[in-house]
This record gives sequence, C-alpha cells and structure tokens, in this order.
Amino acid sequence: MRLEARHLDFGYRGKRVGSDVSLSLEAGEVLCLLGPNGSGKTTLFKTLLGLLPAQGGRVLIDEVDLTMRARDEIARLVSYVPQAHAAFFPFTVEEVVLMGRTAHLGVFSSPSRRDREAALAAIARMRIEHLAGSIYTRISGGERQLTLIARALAQDAKIVVMDEPTANLDFGNQVRVLEHIQALARAGMGVLLSTHDPDHVFICADRVAMLHEGRLARLGAPAATVTPESLREIYGVEVAVVQVGVGGGVQRQVCVPRGPAAGGQN
Amino acid sequence: MSPARVTLAIAGSCVALAGLVLVAFSAGRFPVAAGDLASVLWAGLTGIEHGLDPTIETVVLKIRGPRVAAALLIGAALAAAGAAYQNMFRNPLVSPDILGVSAGAAVGAVLGIFLSLNVIMIQSLAFAFGLGAVALVYFTANAVRGHDPLLVLVLAGVVVGALLGACVALMKYLADPYNQLPAITFWLLGSIASTAPEDVWSTLPLMLLGLIPMWLLRWRINLLSLDDEEARALGVETGRIRLAAIAAATLMTSAAVAISGVIGWIGLVIPHFARMLVGPDFSRLLPTSVLLGAAFLLAVDTLARTVARIEIPLGVLTAFVGTPLFLWQLATARRGWQ
Repeated sequence: MRLEARHLDFGYRGKRVGSDVSLSLEAGEVLCLLGPNGSGKTTLFKTLLGLLPAQGGRVLIDEVDLTMRARDEIARLVSYVPQAHAAFFPFTVEEVVLMGRTAHLGVFSSPSRRDREAALAAIARMRIEHLAGSIYTRISGGERQLTLIARALAQDAKIVVMDEPTANLDFGNQVRVLEHIQALARAGMGVLLSTHDPDHVFICADRVAMLHEGRLARLGAPAATVTPESLREIYGVEVAVVQVGVGGGVQRQVCVPRGPAAGGQN
Repeated sequence: MSPARVTLAIAGSCVALAGLVLVAFSAGRFPVAAGDLASVLWAGLTGIEHGLDPTIETVVLKIRGPRVAAALLIGAALAAAGAAYQNMFRNPLVSPDILGVSAGAAVGAVLGIFLSLNVIMIQSLAFAFGLGAVALVYFTANAVRGHDPLLVLVLAGVVVGALLGACVALMKYLADPYNQLPAITFWLLGSIASTAPEDVWSTLPLMLLGLIPMWLLRWRINLLSLDDEEARALGVETGRIRLAAIAAATLMTSAAVAISGVIGWIGLVIPHFARMLVGPDFSRLLPTSVLLGAAFLLAVDTLARTVARIEIPLGVLTAFVGTPLFLWQLATARRGWQ
C-alpha cells in the first residue's frame, strides 16, 4: 500500500499553510517529518488524512484520489494518532481502543465480540493490559499516547499517521513509543510521524522529510538529510551531528547543540 | 464499569419505575386500592367486566392513565434527548433545548394562545415552531464555515433562542392580562395535568421515531463525543450522524414540549445522573436515561398533585425535588464528568 502527496497545497480556505509538497510512504516504512513550530506539520497530516480538503494537488492512496473514497474506507486504509489529548467523557481504555473498530462496523452496528477481541489484541500489543479497565481521563499522558496507538492498531489500517507521538512524554515513554513504531514497521505497517527531536529520526526512521515554511526543504535517508547545514536552515541554530556507539558495535548519529561559544567561532 | 453493576442499575431502575407507576395510579384525591386498580387494568386489557364503581374506572383510565403515560413519555424523551446532546456537545451544561427547541415551541404555543386558537392548534404550533427553530439554527450554523462546527451550532442556538425569547416577551407584553397572560405563564411553567388520551397517542409515534434511530446509532453517537476530526479519522461521517442525532432529539423534545409546556431540568440533569451510574457508553447511557427520566417525571408529577391542596407547577417542583437529589449524587458518585 502507498500513501502519496502529489504537488500538494494545504491549509485552510483563505489561508495557505504550505504548498507543492510531494512525498510518498509505503507500507513497512517509517517516514519522519521534521519541522519547526508553525511549519505546517499538523495541517499537512490532516490534509493527507482527508480531514482538510487539499487546496491544490492531490492525495492518493494506491493511486486512487482521497476525494473518491468514503470516510470509513479511508479509515480502513489509514489510521491517525492525534496528539494525546484530554478526553471529555470517562470512557475506559478498552472502550477508547474499541472506537478504533468503528470503520469496520455498519452505521447501525455496535462492536461485536470479534471487535472486542481485536481491541484486546491491540491493547496486548502495546503491553497496556493493566490499563484496559482504567478510565481514560485519569491515566497519564504517556498511557494515553499508548492507548491512542492501540486504538490505531485496532483500526487495522496498513498506514498510520502519528502527530508528534513523543510530545509531552517523559524520556522513558519517548523511547518506548519509538520502539513500538519500529516494531509496527517490522510488522509491515507504514508509519508517518512528526517529531521535534531530530535524534528520533536516527532512532526510528527509514526516511526523513523536513518541512520549512510550508515547503518540503529536504527529503531522503536520515544520515544524508539531517545534517548541521539542514538543521541550521530550518531551525536557525548551530548543531553538531556526531556518531556515538550505542553498544553491540552499532553506531548512531545524535544531534548536539553547539551552544553560543562554539557557534560563534563556526 | 462492570457489566454486573450496569445490569443492576438498569434492573433497579425498571423495578423502581414499575413501583412508581402503581403508586401514581393509586395515589391522589381519590385513592384507588391496589386490588381495584388491578381489576380495572385487567378489565381494560381483556374487556371483561370488573363490576366495580364506574368512578374508579374513570379515575384510573381516563384521568390518571393519560397523565401517567404522558409523564413517562415526556420524562423519557427529555432525558434521552439530553443524553444525546450532552454526548454530542461534550458539555455538562447542555440540555435538549440548547438548539432552541423549547424557545421555538414556546413562541408557537404563546402565539396560539395569543390568537385564541384551540388546544390542538396550540400544540401543533408549538411542535412546528420547535422543529422550525432547530432547523433555522442548524442551517444557519451550516452556512457559517471556517469555525469549529459544534461551537457555531451552540452559538447559533443561543442567539436564535434569545431572539425567540424576545418574541415570547413581546407577545406576553401585548397579551390580554386577564385571560391570555395567565394561560401563557401557565404554559411556560409546564404541566401535564390536562393531558388527554389523544395527546398520548399522537405523541407516542413521534417519540419512537426519535428514539429508534438514536438507539440504532448508539455506537456512532459515542464517537461524536470525540474531537470532530478525530471521529472522522476513525471513519465516522460526523456531519451526517450529528444531523441524524439532532433530528431525532428535536423530534422527541418538540413532541414532549408541545403537550407539556417547558419542563426544564430533566434533560439537563438526568443524563448526567445516568452517566454517574453506568458510565458514558451510549448503549448503556440511553436506556438508563430513558428509565430514570420516566421514573423521575412520574414521581415528581405524582407529588405535584398529591402533596398540597393545590397542584404545584411541574417545572417548579422538578427543580425543587431534583436539585438536592442531584447534588447529593454529585458529591458521592465515583465517576461522571472529569
């Protein structure tokens, strides 16, 4: 399966946020979107999901335009993990995950036992069985994020779009979420995620897209794309990208801010 | 929420409701013994002679029967509509009249009284204006783009409601202070004292027409409580489901308001009460709200006609009885709004 943006202009009526973005994502691949605050990451995601109409260009799933597909059909192909949010009602975690099955139900149907089993399987996959009966509004931000990912898994789509899945999480939960993302890709899912931390690109992404002022500034493999030059260009700060050993003979890049003194000499 | 607790809550509500119906039939200025009540009801069902004083039959079937049925129907309808709206608007302050249905119905009824029309015409006007007001709000909100659709709906409901309130105030000001004004005031207080059997029979299908789609859409209505974009990403055509839920709730509410006048409080508080008992899942919330709403209005109406020499207005008593009950539940409940 393939999700593709072709010369996509996105934004709201009367307010263009970004333009001429072309990128694609295959099942089994992790594509990470980097970009400063206000660069249009969330708006781009919402347009890719068909939640906002494209202002120009096209969004295609397997070569079929998004506008030609019904809402529940899109939901069976692409799932969405919004930023962990406050819910309005005290649903249990299991009920929230079960909502992921909606696209597989008829309009007048309620979830069957099989849907409940699918929801429980998704909960088990995220290893949050202990939370199944907890009230969603009373669990921590990290637990909510895992719940929303479980909901996307229950949705059983080949591609999942995650809007800053590591935002507002503590260090341990960030690492856990990134590990889950890698596991999803190994299981054959395509993952498109946005993040504020370029190190996350090196940990989990196969490719990276960098969004700057609504335009696609860079697109390619992490090592060749996330460089001091590109980070200076989109964030306006001086950063060194260095290799470190992370054990087992594996080397990985990390980004280190140079700080004012070093930056001044460069 | 454990299934056992839910079953217990629903079964308990059913038993309480059945008990209340018996009490409501027996109690009053003309007490009816349980045995007599049973024979009259049995006779009514089977057509066999009961051999009792015909006055008993008149009291049970002609006077109390329609009133009990109206209390059950209206309480159930207002609570169901309130439950759907609170889910949809994600707000505990939402009641069935948030989109102007009561204000519209009030304009219709007051206009009918002002023009000295008969009761049937007054009820029809109330029903039509209630539906019309919500349609106006809905289409106005739909015409406004570029904002959160829910926010626009609520705002449109509030401003249209205010306009309709001004219309009611104007007609009260112009009305004849000796004949029409008391009738208008009385209608706005809400009452089911003069419910006729025909009122019940004409209202019942409208209520079912609202309740059945609401029950069928119960899972989708759950998802309306999510953020609009999130629900759409999960595959819900939020616009269509919301329209269906609004249409169903409006039909039930305007049918209720048309025969009873404005009865507040129930649609606002009973769903909240039900949520504390069985949780937010609409497939449990809807039946629980229906049962509690029916039981509550029946209990209050029975009190309204028995506790004092004069009949206490229903709208007044619901608040007097309900508020302390609700505050007590709010203080002790484990869950509800977070």
